Amino acid sequence: MEHYTMNLTLKVWRQKNKNDRGGFITYKVKDISSEMSFLEMFDVLNERLIEESEEPIAFDHDCREGICGMCSMYINGRPHGPWEGTTTCQLHMRAFKDGDTIVVEPWRANSFPVIKDLIVDRTSFDRIIQAGGFISVNTGNAVDGNSIPIEKAKADDSFAAAACIGCGACVAACKNSSAMLFVSAKVSHLALLPQGEPEKKTRVLNMIAQMDKEGFGGCTNTGACEAVCPKEISLDNIARLNQEFIGASVKTGK
Amino acid sequence: MSVRALFLCPNLQISSTTMTWKHIFTSSIGKKLVMGLSGLFLITFLIIHAGVNACIWAFDHGEMFNKAAHFMGSTVVVRIIEIGLFAGFFVHIIQGYVLEVQNRSTRKIGYEVKMGNKGSKWYSRSMGLLGTLILLFLILHIYHFWTPSRLGGLWNIKPLQPVSYEGGKEIHNLYAEMIAVFSDNLLVVVIYILGCISLAFHLLHGFQSAFRTLGLHNQKFVPLVKGTGAAFAIIVSVVFALMPISIYLKWVD
Ligand code: SF4
Ligand code: FES
Repeated sequence: MEHYTMNLTLKVWRQKNKNDRGGFITYKVKDISSEMSFLEMFDVLNERLIEESEEPIAFDHDCREGICGMCSMYINGRPHGPWEGTTTCQLHMRAFKDGDTIVVEPWRANSFPVIKDLIVDRTSFDRIIQAGGFISVNTGNAVDGNSIPIEKAKADDSFAAAACIGCGACVAACKNSSAMLFVSAKVSHLALLPQGEPEKKTRVLNMIAQMDKEGFGGCTNTGACEAVCPKEISLDNIARLNQEFIGASVKTGK
Repeated sequence: MSVRALFLCPNLQISSTTMTWKHIFTSSIGKKLVMGLSGLFLITFLIIHAGVNACIWAFDHGEMFNKAAHFMGSTVVVRIIEIGLFAGFFVHIIQGYVLEVQNRSTRKIGYEVKMGNKGSKWYSRSMGLLGTLILLFLILHIYHFWTPSRLGGLWNIKPLQPVSYEGGKEIHNLYAEMIAVFSDNLLVVVIYILGCISLAFHLLHGFQSAFRTLGLHNQKFVPLVKGTGAAFAIIVSVVFALMPISIYLKWVD
């Protein structure tokens, strides 16, 4: 791909802290390379801001290789920007043209309050995981994984669901701020495997109860989550979650 | 540790939950379930209603239609089902509005640049609006036909004209009422057509969504249900819309 440089106008959400009202500030950036990542473009801008003794723009990031799920940016009306199946850190500047204006906002949901600028608090996801997104294993020798037979199709579906990196783009995209795609990925990942079997019922019930407690909305199957998910988690998982939930709640004795 | 040991392991960390009926139906998935089940129930009603409507195309000046409509109001069983139907509408409408308000309140601060149609269809995001249009249509529709046929003669409501076939018992001439409502009344016809269009889009999303809510994820069936849903949405709405159109354009008399 041919290399080019571009001048861009950025409209970025700035907010000092949780209680600040916040607002958009416009920045001009020059000579941005088409081979930079979106976050590197922010690094360049931040270095300039530091030189100018201004507060740099706060944004979340960690791995910068699409696996940690930290880089939450809502770019030009789409979580993680214009490319499909891509995190913000893997979005490259060749997605834009010289002279473009790019609007960058934080995830918006009551359950993801803004901490500063583009950083939101996603500990609500951690609490959902704590409610049941794990299997209980006694300490001791590691189990030989190959000693447990698993149907290939189930292993594949489980593996696809396990790809969820907990980035929260599904919530950011959903008109109901529903966390259903995230929860469904976690529930499917474990429910499809023998290791997840003993806690299958209580897991789904507890995780949904926690999800509701955190104030996420209900799912109306619009599919916006699936469209923006950087790991392309399928909407089928939500249907599977519904099935698991209905089954578990009917079968639970009390 | 063998598989068996894993299954026998007594110290699982996830504590069990109580799940009473109340817990189920007040949870986010339970609320969807109420929408899905009541929606599917209303869909079965649409099939019957469309079937009765289609009787006008027997071109017998409404005889078959009037007899079918009479049957729908004459037996105790049908009247009991009718009460169930009103309950179904009530639950679907109230729960729909409750969910709409709750879901809308989950994002106090919105986006500067809206996502719009990137990733979802407009009608899937507009079920509340489409439902409201259908509700407005439904009120007019009940006023036009259900009220005179069921409550005619009570209070000051004008009863329907009687008609009898081959010297049989007198039954309501609902057909004549329809002709009266739709011929020479373009505004009513247009409102009915708009109601049918709203219904089509509501069903286009609602039909398949109900099955997804019930847990359908088998990829052999998902495309089948989506296709059936689309066909159902279009066929039922067209059959409904053709009724006022047929009368207005005098295709039937
Ligand atoms: S389901 Fe997709 S969008 Fe949602 S948290 Fe997981 S990876 Fe992110
Ligand atoms: S920084 Fe880790 S996924 Fe983007």
